[in-house]
Amino acid sequence: MTELYIEGDPIRDEKAPEGPIEQRWDKRRFSAKLVNPANRRKLSVIIVGTGLAGASAAATLGEAGYNVKSFCYQDSPRRAHSIAAQGGINAAKNYRNDGDSIYRLFYDTVKGGDFRSRESNVYRLAQVSVEIIDQCVAQGVPFAREYGGLLDNRSFGGVQVSRTFYARGQTGQQLLIGAYQALERQIAAGSVEMHTRHEMLELIVVDGKARGVIVRDMVSGEIETHFADAVVLASGGYGNVFFLSTNAMGCNVTATWRAHRKGALFANPCYTQIHPTCIPVSGDYQSKLTLMSESLRNDGRIWVPKEGGDTRDPREIPEEERDYYLERIYPAFGNLVPRDIASRAAKNVCDEGRGVGPGGLGVYLDFADAIKRMGRSTVEAKYGNLFDMYQRITGENPYELPMRIYPAVHYTMGGLWVDYDLQSNIPGLFVTGEANFSDHGANRLGASALMQGLADGYFVLPNTINDYLADGPFEKVDETHPEAKEAADSVRERIDTLLSINGTRTVDSFHKELGHIMWDYCGMERSDEGLRKAISRIRELRDEFWQNVKVTGTNEELNQALERAGRVADFFELAELMCVDALARAESCGGHFRAESQTEDGEALRNDAEFAYVSAWEFAGTGQRPVLHKEALEYEYVEMKQRSYK
Amino acid sequence: MNITLRVWRQKGKADEGRMVTYKVEDVSPDMSFLEMLDVLNEKLTVSGDDPIAFDHDCREGICGACGVVINGVSHGPEVTTTCQLHMRSFKDGDTIDVEPWRAKAFPVIKDLVVDRGSFDRIIQAGGYISAPTGTAPDAHAAPIPKTDADRAFDAATCIGCGACVAACPNASGMLFTAAKVTHLGLLPQGQPERAARVVKMVNQHDEEDFGGCTNIGECAAVCPKGIPLDTISQLNKDLLGALATGNL
Amino acid sequence: MALKSAMAVTGLVLVLFLIAHMYGNLMIFGGQEVFDNYSHHLRELGEPMLPYAGTLWIIRIVLLASVLIHAYSAFVLWARAKRATSVGGQRYHSSKNRTGVQRSYASFTMRWGGIVVLLFVIFHILHLTTNNIAPGGPSSSPYERVVHGFQIWWVVLVYVIAMAAVGFHLRHGIWSATQTLGQNKASRQRTINLVATAIAVVLTLGFLVPPFSVLFGLVG
Repeated sequence: MTELYIEGDPIRDEKAPEGPIEQRWDKRRFSAKLVNPANRRKLSVIIVGTGLAGASAAATLGEAGYNVKSFCYQDSPRRAHSIAAQGGINAAKNYRNDGDSIYRLFYDTVKGGDFRSRESNVYRLAQVSVEIIDQCVAQGVPFAREYGGLLDNRSFGGVQVSRTFYARGQTGQQLLIGAYQALERQIAAGSVEMHTRHEMLELIVVDGKARGVIVRDMVSGEIETHFADAVVLASGGYGNVFFLSTNAMGCNVTATWRAHRKGALFANPCYTQIHPTCIPVSGDYQSKLTLMSESLRNDGRIWVPKEGGDTRDPREIPEEERDYYLERIYPAFGNLVPRDIASRAAKNVCDEGRGVGPGGLGVYLDFADAIKRMGRSTVEAKYGNLFDMYQRITGENPYELPMRIYPAVHYTMGGLWVDYDLQSNIPGLFVTGEANFSDHGANRLGASALMQGLADGYFVLPNTINDYLADGPFEKVDETHPEAKEAADSVRERIDTLLSINGTRTVDSFHKELGHIMWDYCGMERSDEGLRKAISRIRELRDEFWQNVKVTGTNEELNQALERAGRVADFFELAELMCVDALARAESCGGHFRAESQTEDGEALRNDAEFAYVSAWEFAGTGQRPVLHKEALEYEYVEMKQRSYK
Repeated sequence: MNITLRVWRQKGKADEGRMVTYKVEDVSPDMSFLEMLDVLNEKLTVSGDDPIAFDHDCREGICGACGVVINGVSHGPEVTTTCQLHMRSFKDGDTIDVEPWRAKAFPVIKDLVVDRGSFDRIIQAGGYISAPTGTAPDAHAAPIPKTDADRAFDAATCIGCGACVAACPNASGMLFTAAKVTHLGLLPQGQPERAARVVKMVNQHDEEDFGGCTNIGECAAVCPKGIPLDTISQLNKDLLGALATGNL
Repeated sequence: MALKSAMAVTGLVLVLFLIAHMYGNLMIFGGQEVFDNYSHHLRELGEPMLPYAGTLWIIRIVLLASVLIHAYSAFVLWARAKRATSVGGQRYHSSKNRTGVQRSYASFTMRWGGIVVLLFVIFHILHLTTNNIAPGGPSSSPYERVVHGFQIWWVVLVYVIAMAAVGFHLRHGIWSATQTLGQNKASRQRTINLVATAIAVVLTLGFLVPPFSVLFGLVG
């Protein structure tokens, strides 16, 4: 495989303290250098992205007295895609007195991540989770409550305790609005300077330190240079490399990819989470996929016809000709197996030609039994809003006809490599939220993305970034500095190139084709052969893109085609690295299933002896083979086990 | 289906705009309205024309980025966001008028894209609870009656899309402002700033050149999140209370 | 916002006045003596604490102030709304939703309807209070002024148009004032609208009964 990558020196996280796990975060907070309030005014921080991780960090650092510059590509920081999270946020409050604890949340998360995350980070996440809920309630987040006025909890994603706090099906929205309001308060106070409709297109590294960003004003097209003492990337995940995903249309990898090209390591890019209960694709015009809460699997039964090509009305297919395949294969967990298993099983039955709906890419999620058992009104009370959403999108009535569902790309566990301080290997470059790789290992549990985003932004980063900033303010640089000039020039050049190709294919047509390649070969099941095929096809398509893409208009205007072109160009490079990473990891773990690594009955087979490490990739230059640095993972507290749900 | 579109095209902020007619053929009833625009844009691009600019992001009805006036109605004939409107709501052969939100406080940037920064500035004026990170008491320190929490939640579901302003004959931003005042004013955490908040937010609202409330309810009728009209009454009550207690 | 509250409060003052006014008008069915006595009595109200016509003047000043404040606020808000919707040319080009999604017809009449009412009030005072305009001949008896005037078809027509404008104005105005004064709740909304409609209908009809009675010879 050396024709695809080179193995470099191993790396390790130097920042996580030793000692008992429950004391490590305290130790680190104590050892981190502080910045006195008067000096904070002289220090500046750039934060890219205003989702949970970015907005909370900007607000908190602004409150602390730093000069913050915040950037988002949307027209308002409130629109970041954290807003779309439905389910909830975990916290080890143990308000239910059901045996929950910080240790249990830590344990569940490490296990859920299929033993590919760091114990120290995950323990800290569980510790901080408790404070998040307090903070959000104080901000006025209207979590669901019981009649007694206390907070309600529900259980989520296969854990045995109820530790998920929620606000109907709109928890992400409510948490983000809370962070957004805190951010707006700091904007009004003058401590945060907000730049909406600005997209980061390059990182500026001076003397080895991250010192600024090049952004494009998406309204005027102006290429601006901004400097600071530290740069925080909170720019989200890269699921849109698949074109169709549950991500927002604008979600992209450009900020982190540009940093990667400037030297930041990209960790575990192949770990993607595919969510089993999404509304299937209805035609090739489809622009995005919509998730429906996993809670539907609590009462709905998943099935396909036993025979392929059965086009009868599902209601006319008799019981004995239906295959309730999850209940058949996993009698212990049935329809409630974890996300990755449910997704792969759906793919398998569709690959066998038994899928339903247009293109045969769908399985039934049937509430007929639930309606018979509980009555329609109970089902309506429990799932009414989801049924309405389904009906609005598909035009079918799920009370009458079984829903059709299919898996869709939902979350990316991989991201820029960071240490315990959330600092990348480039000093001064910090990465938070979904943009980093840190806490979820190979698979993320439900209701923990919101937890991580807010933990990073409210509590972790503001306690670690000071250790770096204490050495500042750093040497003053301006636009005439060679590194800044080079960065700005390269951005302009790239834009000019994209605008001058004037080929025959639209950006979206390339993006869709790239998405198909990724979905087919780097989706729910990956194989050596398929990944190699994908890599060569990605390269061909990328070459065609740079020769034949058509971007109309100019730079000096709002030009949405140009914005997308730049993002897709970066997706091409990321896609290749994802495939290389997937190829290098010849084991199955979490969201990464390698066809070559499975048990006799088709379950994922992890290989701890050879692959218990984080793959951190170094960019070696355009057209050069990437360099793999391995960070060994050690488990002192949780014993490594194979998962089984049979 | 075949559809005729009349779309507002405007090159930039300072340019004159006009309605331009396009034909879109082979529209699937399962397409979302925005996907129909995507299809048109692909065609325009291939033929070398400038595609139609419109704001959109999550396409699942929660981010609030999308929003156009369709046949004179904010977000079109179904009470939902533009991204959740599907072509099955129209008939073969229909002519559909598509225009941006129009209000002085929402200047057009290009085509169907408007600048809604005024909404952010209303929030900056006071649409928050001052709770610096790390200062919070335990979440269970103050129980909140479920009815208050639920009503606060209902108001808090506002997505800030601006449909209310576009639908209001006076281009008032009162429903947006009232949703936030109601959300925060119903919670115990929101009490200390309650009087000052409503005054500051309403002043900012007026300063942004939004019109006065007409009380006719077109805003609530098109709100994709069903923010009720009585939130404006709640705002007025809070405002009168604040003025009576000398918060000017 | 203060303007909206001012409109609401003054509007409600004027509604109370209209109710009293209608009650007075209906005394016309008691005949000339009752009606003229009532009119004279209004001037003696509050004596001897207040001079002759003192109470009436206080009421007149309050009403005048209310009308001025109401109209001033309306014009300022109108100007603001015009500014808020000025986007350089027509606001919306689509003609498919000219009547709104759910708004009442009454809500369209507030501004021009309000002006009609204002002009009418001036005419009405010149006609029946000061008698500067005296269709059908002047008189010192209020009863005769009414009877003389309403025997003429176009005078009745003016009153019909004006009362229709008043009715629509009240229909939306009363509801609107409740909302502006913060008294609306989702649970009350229906009731408030019903009450607003009822008051509007009763006042409109109540004011139109005497003119028509005169026109058709039932009075006088």
